[in-house]
Amino acid sequence: MSKTENTSKSKSTDKPPMEELVIGGAVYQTRLTSKFRNRETWSRPDERKIEAIIPGTIQNIMVEEGSEVTLGTPLMILEAMKMSNKVLSPLDGIIKKIHVSVGDLVAKSHLLLEFK
Amino acid sequence: MASTKKVQELQKRREQVQQGGGEKAIQKQVAMGKMTARERIVKLLDERSFNEYDLFVEHEARDFGMDQKTLHGDGVITGTGTIGGRPVCVFAQDFTVAGGSLGNMHARKITKIMDHSLKMRMPLIGINDSGGARIQEGVNSLAGYGEIFFRNTLASGVIPQISVILGPCAGGAVYSPALTDFVFVVDSISKMFITGPEVIKTVLGEDITMEELGGARVHSEITGNAHFFSETEDECFEQIKSLLSYLPWSNTDVPARKELKEPLEEYDISKIVPHEKKQPYDVRNVIRAVTDGSDFFEIQEGWAANIVIGFGTMGGRTVGFVANQPLVLAGVLDVDSSDKAARFIRYCDAFNIPIVTFVDLPGYLPGVDQEHAGVIRHGAKVLYAYSEATVPKITLILRKAYGGGYIAMNSRHLRADFVFAWPDAEVAVMGPEGAANIIFRKEIAAAEDPDEMRRQKVQEYKEKFANPYVAAAKGFIDSVIESWETRKSLLHALEVSGEKSVGMPAKKHGIPPF
Repeated sequence: MSKTENTSKSKSTDKPPMEELVIGGAVYQTRLTSKFRNRETWSRPDERKIEAIIPGTIQNIMVEEGSEVTLGTPLMILEAMKMSNKVLSPLDGIIKKIHVSVGDLVAKSHLLLEFK
Repeated sequence: MASTKKVQELQKRREQVQQGGGEKAIQKQVAMGKMTARERIVKLLDERSFNEYDLFVEHEARDFGMDQKTLHGDGVITGTGTIGGRPVCVFAQDFTVAGGSLGNMHARKITKIMDHSLKMRMPLIGINDSGGARIQEGVNSLAGYGEIFFRNTLASGVIPQISVILGPCAGGAVYSPALTDFVFVVDSISKMFITGPEVIKTVLGEDITMEELGGARVHSEITGNAHFFSETEDECFEQIKSLLSYLPWSNTDVPARKELKEPLEEYDISKIVPHEKKQPYDVRNVIRAVTDGSDFFEIQEGWAANIVIGFGTMGGRTVGFVANQPLVLAGVLDVDSSDKAARFIRYCDAFNIPIVTFVDLPGYLPGVDQEHAGVIRHGAKVLYAYSEATVPKITLILRKAYGGGYIAMNSRHLRADFVFAWPDAEVAVMGPEGAANIIFRKEIAAAEDPDEMRRQKVQEYKEKFANPYVAAAKGFIDSVIESWETRKSLLHALEVSGEKSVGMPAKKHGIPPF
């Protein structure tokens, strides 16, 4: 086993150069991982934009652009994992734009609909 | 001479079953770059040590024309043998027989050998190469998996359980490996996932290959589901043998002692760690500088590399090492590294392996992603695992030990038996930069030259607190040692811990944060 250990040690010296990481006001020289680089950066969600909470298919759309809806009004049906999920309005408002059509396959976080 | 005929019949039956799925299926297996199940067992075990059980087991399925089909050994080979002269139980799914699919009798063969390994207190090695549940056998297949998972759980912490993924291992089948102690994968052969690429494509429209979804590299570098990665099956079997050489055969046993050796001269412990605490180095070389023969058998090398775990021997005895790795992400604790360390600490504790911890970390990784991924819950696992462990626990603080990170890394407060520190060690509530900014906020803001004032105050704080003596004055550090004294001090600590005996309050089991 010591053979493979020694090769893994020499491998580690060929890796990319050091980068900087700030922790507690101090700047450390270190390597960053691809998982760290690929982490999602957070942004405050906009409640006037309705996104798919799960990947699935748009089964039905019950509102139109310009419709006035109240909190809890069913907006569309998103079929996912053999369940028909009702997408309910999170607020009282007027629909500005619908970004999907019946039959569309949408990924998670896909923009479905916007309020004015 | 009537018996000759019977002996011939036995020989004929054996020969038939040992062909597995037959010439064509074997050719396919070879074309995929894989060994057959029987070849694998032969490679893994000591020469001619394999004793096969249940060779003549037959399936009892009746539906979908299954009653017309013969499946040799029902697609799995089970038995006992030795590795390094010590007994082990093994099963290997045979992909050449009905794709290694798991039916009722296939599962019963596996659970039988599992029961045997638990009863006889010897390690269990499972080689997985299976298309999954045998659909024709319906709920009998599900029952089979359930019986296996249940036994994996019962045996957990009693005997070492090793899973080797040498083909597909998909759907519910993945949970047996996930419940075992160590998972071995081989490049471009191992595939593990709950739902495969086809389902993902149909349901979600995401296009991904099996390799990208659950190949050996993915599980070794991204998910952490695998512990050991290798390029070939042969290398994989060598890794398993090396691992077993560090382990006891059960939780009431201790690991076999290895040959006494000094560390290699090329690992000069006084030259590995830079004095400047923001400069990186490879902490694995510090481990190699103290272990017998400078051998370090690393676990989960490619995943959460900001913490290093693995086995070495000191004075011939197996030691589990846990060390912050300043080379990667400055050695911070985060979700993945906490998970990785905590499980290893519990492994060592379950199997009577002393733990040596090397500390050099700036703290926890800041970020919304970390907080929202539950770094509180995951970080708590490390505290739990160290606190609960009753094996000898020895800590050496190499450089930085700040805040919650200091506490978590087997501090005195979690019942460490020995805490050593090097003269460069800094034990403090936070680093000088952060601390000066808070304590001297007003002075810095009011100064004509705030940067100069900050620099002065950081220096002031450094001189007062950035050392091991404040903690040593409280008895939180037992001994401040020079780097060359490290191996000697660790060996002594291990030596005097041989008869360690501490208790825990009576309980059924704790409720760790998982």
